[in-house]
Amino acid sequence: MSLGSALTVERLHVWRGSAHVLRGVNFAVDTGQLLEVRGANGAGKTTLIRTVCGLVHAEEGRVSWRGREVHADLAAFHAEMAYVGHDGALKADLTGEENLAYAAGLRSVITRREVVAAVERVGAGAYAGRMVRTLSAGQRRRLALATILLSGAVLWLFDEPTTNLDNRGQALVGSLIAEHLASGGMVVAAVHQSLMVARDNVIELDLG
Amino acid sequence: MKPLPLTAEPSGVDGVCLTPRRASSWQAATRVFLRDLKLAFRKRGQLIQPIAFFIIVTAMFPLAFTPELTRLREVAPGVLWVSALLASLLALEFLFRDDREDGTLEQYALSGHSLTGLLFAKTCVHWLLTGLPLALVAPLMGGALGVPIEAMPGILAALLLGTVSLSVIGAIGAALTLGVKRGGVLLSLLTLPLAVPVMIFGARATELAIRGVDAAAPLYLLGAITVLGLTLGPIAAAAAVRISLE
Amino acid sequence: MDWKWFHRLASPPYIYGLAGRLIPWFAWPAAVSMVVALYLGLFVAPPDRIQGEGFRILYVHAPSAWMSVMVYTIMALSAAIGLIWRIKIAHAVAASCAPIGASFTAVALITGMLWGKPMWGTYWEWDPRLTSELVLFFLYLGYMALRSGIEDLAQADRASAVLAIVGVVNVPIIHFSVEWWNSLHQAPSVMKFGKPTMAWSMLEPLLLMLLGFTLYFAAVLLIRLRGEVLRRERAATWLRQALEG
Repeated sequence: MSLGSALTVERLHVWRGSAHVLRGVNFAVDTGQLLEVRGANGAGKTTLIRTVCGLVHAEEGRVSWRGREVHADLAAFHAEMAYVGHDGALKADLTGEENLAYAAGLRSVITRREVVAAVERVGAGAYAGRMVRTLSAGQRRRLALATILLSGAVLWLFDEPTTNLDNRGQALVGSLIAEHLASGGMVVAAVHQSLMVARDNVIELDLG
Repeated sequence: MKPLPLTAEPSGVDGVCLTPRRASSWQAATRVFLRDLKLAFRKRGQLIQPIAFFIIVTAMFPLAFTPELTRLREVAPGVLWVSALLASLLALEFLFRDDREDGTLEQYALSGHSLTGLLFAKTCVHWLLTGLPLALVAPLMGGALGVPIEAMPGILAALLLGTVSLSVIGAIGAALTLGVKRGGVLLSLLTLPLAVPVMIFGARATELAIRGVDAAAPLYLLGAITVLGLTLGPIAAAAAVRISLE
Repeated sequence: MDWKWFHRLASPPYIYGLAGRLIPWFAWPAAVSMVVALYLGLFVAPPDRIQGEGFRILYVHAPSAWMSVMVYTIMALSAAIGLIWRIKIAHAVAASCAPIGASFTAVALITGMLWGKPMWGTYWEWDPRLTSELVLFFLYLGYMALRSGIEDLAQADRASAVLAIVGVVNVPIIHFSVEWWNSLHQAPSVMKFGKPTMAWSMLEPLLLMLLGFTLYFAAVLLIRLRGEVLRRERAATWLRQALEG
């Protein structure tokens, strides 16, 4: 395990209101690894992902990125991490491509060619020029995946990435993740069922 | 300078370099600014609403009071400012709401850039589309209330400063009430007391302008509040947004 | 330096017990102070040269106005501590302060109105102090409304803390602007007293009442704080044990 690029979570305790949602969660994710966070509804999967992101404050424990506590330099951590949540963060009144350009442009300097390439990669070429309000949930989900492709982040965080996707869509998610892992990235994903990825690089965490 | 993720090499995505240049905070804020502008113009019909509201409310006063211009001129400062205040409050509800609902606000907080700067960009767009038109229309409505033409530049100046203040103060209220269902009335309840100084100085400046007297003193005071609001307001709004995302 | 006392201060069961023990130490002196101050103010202090007997309501009006601002400041301060250092008990203190401060503001407004009737013949005048108090009342109401509008308690704590801090920065600005506004229009300001030389016989009941109000505030704050602690900790084990034991 190379110390330089690990995400570690130690003794994490998080309360939501008076509910003790995360009770002493521990894990470490290294380059090329996928962490699948499983659990029933309400078990705390979303809370865990959002705590790792730094959005939610943990009462106890720490989240470390490259050996440093995440909250010590949140901006640097965010620069290397990208998150796709339940909502796709897509604007209904923009086209798919416009959405990608703006969303990716928030983090990186992106050319139009790169946007088009990302759209092609997720198989959304047919409808990326249409207004997002006219698209189905599955189509929007694919566009959201394209966003993370353009982010240039090392660490990908997903909250149920395969929602609204059919079998082909789920296979797409699997292949995107596999490629990312192969090129030295890391993925943490909250899932209901296993992702379609080769199991040898997968760690599982069950929240009950 | 934070190190770029050098571990990721371009993978199988043709033509996409997966280690793109990191955008600066300024570039990110510009993206937010342009996106909000574009979105606003996609819904062109809604752009006119704050001004329409302002005009209607201002027109209510003569109907409720008197048609005599000499008497209307006396109450014109108050009427213009209360109407501008109400129109601004109405528009503030939507400053952050859409972004919160579709997850965009979350992405701003996770972008690695200063949330204060990004929210400031949003507030700028909001002012350009609400406050600025209000300030431009106000002298005309003043004319409808019997205000002489010589007073109009003064009214414009006062309302330009005042609407900027209202936008930044209102942004704080809008951020705080993000977690509240139907928070529109609560937003007004929170923002109005904080807007009292703006209104006092602004209305006084307007009154002096109408009387043809030098309005420098209240304008300077209004300017001071505006500067204070511009520097501290977005910070408070960012803190409130982060709290609502927890 | 030994910070143990500080950490204990932040522990709910400790605060609950400490507050309970301290309440009588504030409550009794408060009652005594207020009674003595009332007696001095109503019977002993000489009548005002201009206003005669009617001014005596000042002895309740001025201290409550003063308290309304002081309580807001304390509320904002503890809210800030809770926000910055994430100390939950500080948020409970801020939440407990708000209704007390709002009550002081209401008392100041009502006594102001009662004062106005015999003095100017009208219950309400837009005089600077009354108007400032009115705006402060709305600030309190806004704070309490925001708290009750947000369902998640932790989020309500933190959001209202931001509001309290923004408010406390604004209170002097609002006060200044209202004074400025009022001075322009030369409205009667009967409530201003010729301050430079106020006889001790007049000052004494005023200060004593202020002391009484402060002690009263401390006592009621502790009572409310215990209630807040109970509400927030209702699922905690220490509470269940204390109730069973």
